[in-house]
Amino acid sequence: MKKLLLASAATALVASTAMAESHSDPVKIGIILGFTGPLESITPDMAGGAELAINEVNETGAFMGGTEIEAVRADSTCIDSAAATAAAERLVTNDGVAGIMGADCSGVTGAILQNVARANGVVMISPSATSPALSEAEDDGMFFRTAPSDARQGEIMSQVIMDRGIEEVALTYTNNDYGKGLADSFQKAFEADGGSVTISAAHEDGKADYSAEVASLASAGGEVLVVAGYTDQGGKGIIQASLDSGAFDTFVLPDGMIGQQIVDDLGDGLTGSFGQLPGSDSEGASMFQEMATEAGINPTGIYTGESYDAAALMILAMAKAGSTSATEYAGEIMDIANAPGEQILPGELGRALELIEAGEEIDYVGATAVELIEPGESAGSFREIEIKDGAIETVGYR
Amino acid sequence: MTDILNAIVALSNFVLVPGAAYGAQLALGALGVTLIYGILRFSNFAHGDTMAFGTMATILVTWGLQSIGISFGFLPTALIALPIGIAITGLLLLGTDRAIYRFYRKQKAAPVVLVIVSIGVMFVMNGLVRFIIGVGDVNFADGARFVINAREFKEMTGLDEGLAIRTTTLITLVTAAIAVALLFWFLNKTRTGKSMRAFSDNEDLALLSGINPERVVAVTWLIVAALATTAGVLYGLDKSFKAFTYFQLLLPIFAAAIVGGLGNPLGAIAGGFVIAFSEVLITYAWKKVLVYAMPESLEPSGLVQLLSTDYKFAVSFAILIIVLLFKPTGLFKGQSV
Repeated sequence: MKKLLLASAATALVASTAMAESHSDPVKIGIILGFTGPLESITPDMAGGAELAINEVNETGAFMGGTEIEAVRADSTCIDSAAATAAAERLVTNDGVAGIMGADCSGVTGAILQNVARANGVVMISPSATSPALSEAEDDGMFFRTAPSDARQGEIMSQVIMDRGIEEVALTYTNNDYGKGLADSFQKAFEADGGSVTISAAHEDGKADYSAEVASLASAGGEVLVVAGYTDQGGKGIIQASLDSGAFDTFVLPDGMIGQQIVDDLGDGLTGSFGQLPGSDSEGASMFQEMATEAGINPTGIYTGESYDAAALMILAMAKAGSTSATEYAGEIMDIANAPGEQILPGELGRALELIEAGEEIDYVGATAVELIEPGESAGSFREIEIKDGAIETVGYR
Repeated sequence: MTDILNAIVALSNFVLVPGAAYGAQLALGALGVTLIYGILRFSNFAHGDTMAFGTMATILVTWGLQSIGISFGFLPTALIALPIGIAITGLLLLGTDRAIYRFYRKQKAAPVVLVIVSIGVMFVMNGLVRFIIGVGDVNFADGARFVINAREFKEMTGLDEGLAIRTTTLITLVTAAIAVALLFWFLNKTRTGKSMRAFSDNEDLALLSGINPERVVAVTWLIVAALATTAGVLYGLDKSFKAFTYFQLLLPIFAAAIVGGLGNPLGAIAGGFVIAFSEVLITYAWKKVLVYAMPESLEPSGLVQLLSTDYKFAVSFAILIIVLLFKPTGLFKGQSV
């Protein structure tokens, strides 16, 4: 027993010196996104967006006396909370990250927040978790998101549909936190606006056959079908089956359903379908597009800008607090993101660091015109799109 | 009158046609399970993944054919690749039998041991398929997509409801019918088929009359390879290929085989259709059909849906349990489980 105690004490000692050493090494930021799973087609660009911000800061050499920042990627799988928690745990305990950029899907984000981030006191900034439930989650002030809650997207989607003179829709959602949250908030908003939802039916991801689901949706009827799902998963299956059976020919696509891949896969079938995704027409958006294109990242990829902003916010907050300890810099994030102060656009992170050094206030605008509202989430501006001739075209901003 | 026609068309489009195609795919899968149960005397859990492997082999051959410019007109190229896919799957199954199952057969292992062995085989095959072709969706259907699509049908008939029949649905039904006819001809008319049935009915008696058991086993595996690959390819053409969904097909396939009566080929076919149609019918919202078919005063305002589509998979379970409780030998006389 004595030996065991001695051994564990020795291990603890070694571990703590290792921890102490890691602080003089580069600061690490964990990027945890679903590199496998339902979002695997968009996450590489998202990670690229975050790494773009990190590289930009490294090039200036102005971060905390020239400290390097290192990105460590991990796989959230998007759907498997246990795997995501293990991956995040590894980031924190093994890699010793100072903050986590992620996760992507709402379910795993909640799991990581409760099991890893709060337990270890690590800040999380998610670029894409949009479930309304996360607004109410206990977070000890450690959780932020640069994407707006779906409660907001539900309202916007309702307006988009209403403005096209459509008052009766069928609704299907992927059976998880994201799908259910968005479907509920949309239904509430749409019915309050005077529309009617003929059916609200869940579908499971990862099936091959959706004919039974589509049969029910078709039977309930509706002018358009709202599909709150994922491009790589059931959402696509539902649309394919609807087109095949002639059940619906126009679809309303929220953020999870918009991607070039699905447009290419389904071809003409999607023409005339419309939807919305977080995005803005701010100056920052176009600047970010140029930067991203130069770095070989698809800038129109969904949540790429949000990922850049999430990483940038985290870095700037650390610089302002002069510390990589979560308890010290978490409080600075809202200040950095909001007015008053000098406006910071993408590509100006070096200038932001100089201003912080000089003790001046900054207002981070970034690629997506970030404006954080309590409890630490984006107020949200949305880009309305329509699919024409196999391309995603922007109709306007809301 | 048009209302009645509309009701029939809507029902066909959303229930009868998809149900028939799904039923045919399940029936082919269940035939494979039932043959193994009848002749080798164990429930083969690796069957879903055998289907996935066969489909994968066929897809790879299809890609090869496409890359050298061979296609099959308006029919999918995969149909040309199918025999080669069956051959590759046959080799895999014979190899598995030689390496794994034969050892347990020699030991006269209890069926439950073989079931566990087949679960191990299932995991290995599952990994193999994922390793070779990946975990994502693979769409390998080419050729014409529709025999008739909903819009054309509406224009042609002037009805409000459309009826879409996909090429793959038709191919599924035709191919399944041919496969079943061949199987029955083989089992009932050929010498090898008869020896297989004899082996299934009474192993000792069959051995006494000079039937070579290894030969019967090998032929069974080859037939199973043909059935599984055909079922998998048809399912993949009709929907899309994804390694994971084939694993999930295991439950409805077993339900079909057991409902029909394990070991009884005719039962497997009936079971396939029973399971497929109950899944679709019980979760179907009847509103549209009833609105057309009923007089206006009786039109339903709700969805008239017995169960939400979330419970689709529970339906196979429920039927399975009901059959096991009340008629353990299945609808057609099979072996009790």
